[in-house]
Amino acid sequence: MPTLYSLWIVGRNGGLLYSRDFVQLPPIEFNDKLRLASSWFGMCGISAQLSPVPDSSGIQLMQADTFDLHSFHTLTGTTFMLLTEPHTPDAAELLRTTVYELYCDYVLKNPFHEMDQVIKSELFDQNLVERCQAINRRWGVGA
Amino acid sequence: MFQSRGSAGIVDKPFRQGRQEISLSSFAYLFSEMVQYCQSRVSNISELERKLDEVGYGVGLRLLEVLCYRERGQRRETRLLDMLKFIHSTLWRYLFGRQARDLEQSNSAEDEYMISDTDLPVTKFVSVPREMGHLNPAAFVAGIVRGALDGAGFPARVTAHYVPVAGQPRPKTVILMKFNAAVMQREQRMPGG
Repeated sequence: MPTLYSLWIVGRNGGLLYSRDFVQLPPIEFNDKLRLASSWFGMCGISAQLSPVPDSSGIQLMQADTFDLHSFHTLTGTTFMLLTEPHTPDAAELLRTTVYELYCDYVLKNPFHEMDQVIKSELFDQNLVERCQAINRRWGVGA
Repeated sequence: MFQSRGSAGIVDKPFRQGRQEISLSSFAYLFSEMVQYCQSRVSNISELERKLDEVGYGVGLRLLEVLCYRERGQRRETRLLDMLKFIHSTLWRYLFGRQARDLEQSNSAEDEYMISDTDLPVTKFVSVPREMGHLNPAAFVAGIVRGALDGAGFPARVTAHYVPVAGQPRPKTVILMKFNAAVMQREQRMPGG
């Protein structure tokens, strides 16, 4: 069943700025999350350098047996990671449009947010969870 | 005689009519920067509120003038209720493209009026951190209202508040106006008041 699992946002220097689960998931220690996020950030950087072709964007999608990891790098260096059930349709699109739009609206336009600081915007949280859970519900997944 | 032929002087041109709309995003970014600018120059929340109010005050004074010329045929309201309607409809429509949702008199005090609205462009994208408590970025709008009222001869204390609405996820913004005693006395002396 297609499902959106969780969203992570990694800042320009590899720090985890935000993470949110959309369904019940086994918890990960906060420190582990920080480590995983910065490792992924590093791997994306390495993958871009490994590319035999110039101007590679790095890893965009990692597919495993049990999940897909969609990764989206903005021009300004923020990395969005969306974990989904394998072969969840339109996840890359969702990341590039809906999630990025919400980030621009409720995080960047919020005067109390500082770049590369942890995201505390209530409105971002509310709207993101609402939208993603609505998508999950459409696929028949409860919260 | 100082005028070159073919081009009219600035006072001969009709006052520019019509509305000019700007992108909500660019306004939101500009407003966000303005709040950050103010924030870097104050040490506490009430000072920040006052600073936003001061910025709005200048806007309000000028808006009163331009709207009286442009939309009111060079007439300015002299009665309290008419002035409040002017703020509620004409000023609001100019600023936000629609009327404010409600205009009402306070139950507790004769000299207090409230304009309430939801989803103002100044609050739409802003999440006020918990440690900032009661701050409402619409203090800027409160400043605009105070400027317009003051310019028209209705000095008042104007403040902006968040008020939760039952059944709604987002609170509404209430602009509370408390008029000076002199305004209320004058209003009572006027015919029909």
